[in-house]
Amino acid sequence: MSADVYCPWVGVPMHACRSLEGEAVFVSPSVVPQQVVRVGIAFAVAVAALLIARSVLIPKTFGELGHYRAAAVDSIAAHDIKFAGKQECAVCHESEMDRLKAGRHKGLTCEVCHGPSAEHTMSPVDIQPPAPRDRAFCPLCHSYNAARPTGFPQIDPVVHNPLDPCITCHEPHEPEPPYTPEECSACHGQISRQKAVSHHARLACTVCHEVPEAHKISPREVTPTRPTTRAFCGQCHASQNPLQGLRAPQIDLTTHNPEYLCWQCHYPHYPEAGGL
Amino acid sequence: MPNSVTPGQGAPENGEQAVDRREFLKEACGLAGPILLGVISLPALAGEVVGQEPQRRLYGMGIDVSKCIGCGRCAAACKIENDVPAEPRYFNTWVERYVIQTDGEVVVDSPNGGIDGFPPTVSEGEIERTFFVPKLCNHCIDAPCVQVCPVGATFITEDGVVLVDQDYCIGCRYCIQACPYGARWMHPEKNVASKCTWCYHRLKRGLVPACVEVCPTGARIFGEVEGRATPLARHLRMNEIQVLKPHLNTKPKVFYAHLDGEVR
Repeated sequence: MSADVYCPWVGVPMHACRSLEGEAVFVSPSVVPQQVVRVGIAFAVAVAALLIARSVLIPKTFGELGHYRAAAVDSIAAHDIKFAGKQECAVCHESEMDRLKAGRHKGLTCEVCHGPSAEHTMSPVDIQPPAPRDRAFCPLCHSYNAARPTGFPQIDPVVHNPLDPCITCHEPHEPEPPYTPEECSACHGQISRQKAVSHHARLACTVCHEVPEAHKISPREVTPTRPTTRAFCGQCHASQNPLQGLRAPQIDLTTHNPEYLCWQCHYPHYPEAGGL
Repeated sequence: MPNSVTPGQGAPENGEQAVDRREFLKEACGLAGPILLGVISLPALAGEVVGQEPQRRLYGMGIDVSKCIGCGRCAAACKIENDVPAEPRYFNTWVERYVIQTDGEVVVDSPNGGIDGFPPTVSEGEIERTFFVPKLCNHCIDAPCVQVCPVGATFITEDGVVLVDQDYCIGCRYCIQACPYGARWMHPEKNVASKCTWCYHRLKRGLVPACVEVCPTGARIFGEVEGRATPLARHLRMNEIQVLKPHLNTKPKVFYAHLDGEVR
């Protein structure tokens, strides 16, 4: 070995390559040294362990669609349905569906009252969906609640024919009232309750509103009239009006904020001036 | 100069094949590079980035607060359709009653999710205004619950529905903490996170979610956000739309119309 041959691993001339004991070490440059083999084996084992761990720990289909198990989507989508949907009901119950379409319950699905009926569609005879016949059910929607939108038909179950089930008077598939509502409060509960404790309590709704008969059938399509002029309120409240005996608060229409209409400041169903 | 040896760095004298330091490093890098790259890129290859906006379909829901009559049929139907336990009182969807009192105090309640009705709590003279607000999972585009899941058990499907893989969930409750809308709950028997799925099993059968199906006044509208001639598109076009907690940038996909400013 000549002096200009270097040990390829340590960089010293080959003749200087010594073991710890001082013996000359001759390394064939073509043989991969032991320490590299050991590190390589350790590295290979680590990579293999990682790959095995991944294959064991990461579930199948994880990552096919995203950072989740793709199979979970299918298993969630495979759940059974409980509510069949209105179209399914229409397949058999044509006449009820026709009646429903014409009435005010046309937006309702059958199952909101009759309950989930997917099983009924599978075995129509054996499994019959129930029909709620007691007084507890209809008031879930139709009992008076201040938070319900104005105009939604609401009754007070305590005083509204308390002993009769709703279906004695109302056919739920075409729920026209048995007679057109005599009282506006049947639908306009919030207004009537406020008005009842106001100074306008004695005024009938028709004093200010002309109510076409069709409003009782098609409440949203045909609406009652409203007052349009200051002079209308002035019939009672103008100081120059002839109805002095009413003792209503008097104002001078010509000087009392003539740029506004009365109801821009005062709520006629609960006029605050001198109110309770 | 591939495979050549620089003179002075230990060129083999007698033509014997030798490996010098440079060549060793070259080969080592050549070998280690692909292995390291492979290890690093395995998770990236495994799937797209979480929270990426879905491509094909994007489901959304509209809610017209002014139409809600607070009957609670949505909450009742949801419990049936999705086998939500009746007790304790967990809900995928529920109805809240807001009462803004004349003294300015805001009272919000939801007795049994609204399923049994709303008995009056405040005398009517003290009510300034009052209304019902249906609530449910907003199926956010940037859902915080999905971001925090440590195992990838909750995810956004390609059609924009946030789901829980209940076979894979470890029940750590991070997602329940992370949801700003209180839409998630711990299933008392399965001990995994549960939530509204927009009745994903119904969507896949061409049906609308159960709450939408039973809503008697049409206060809930379901469809594709990007659809053109759909009830949801009409809802979005004809109303002034708000979402809950927009400042959190979760990009919710439940679009409220006629929402009062007091609603949180």
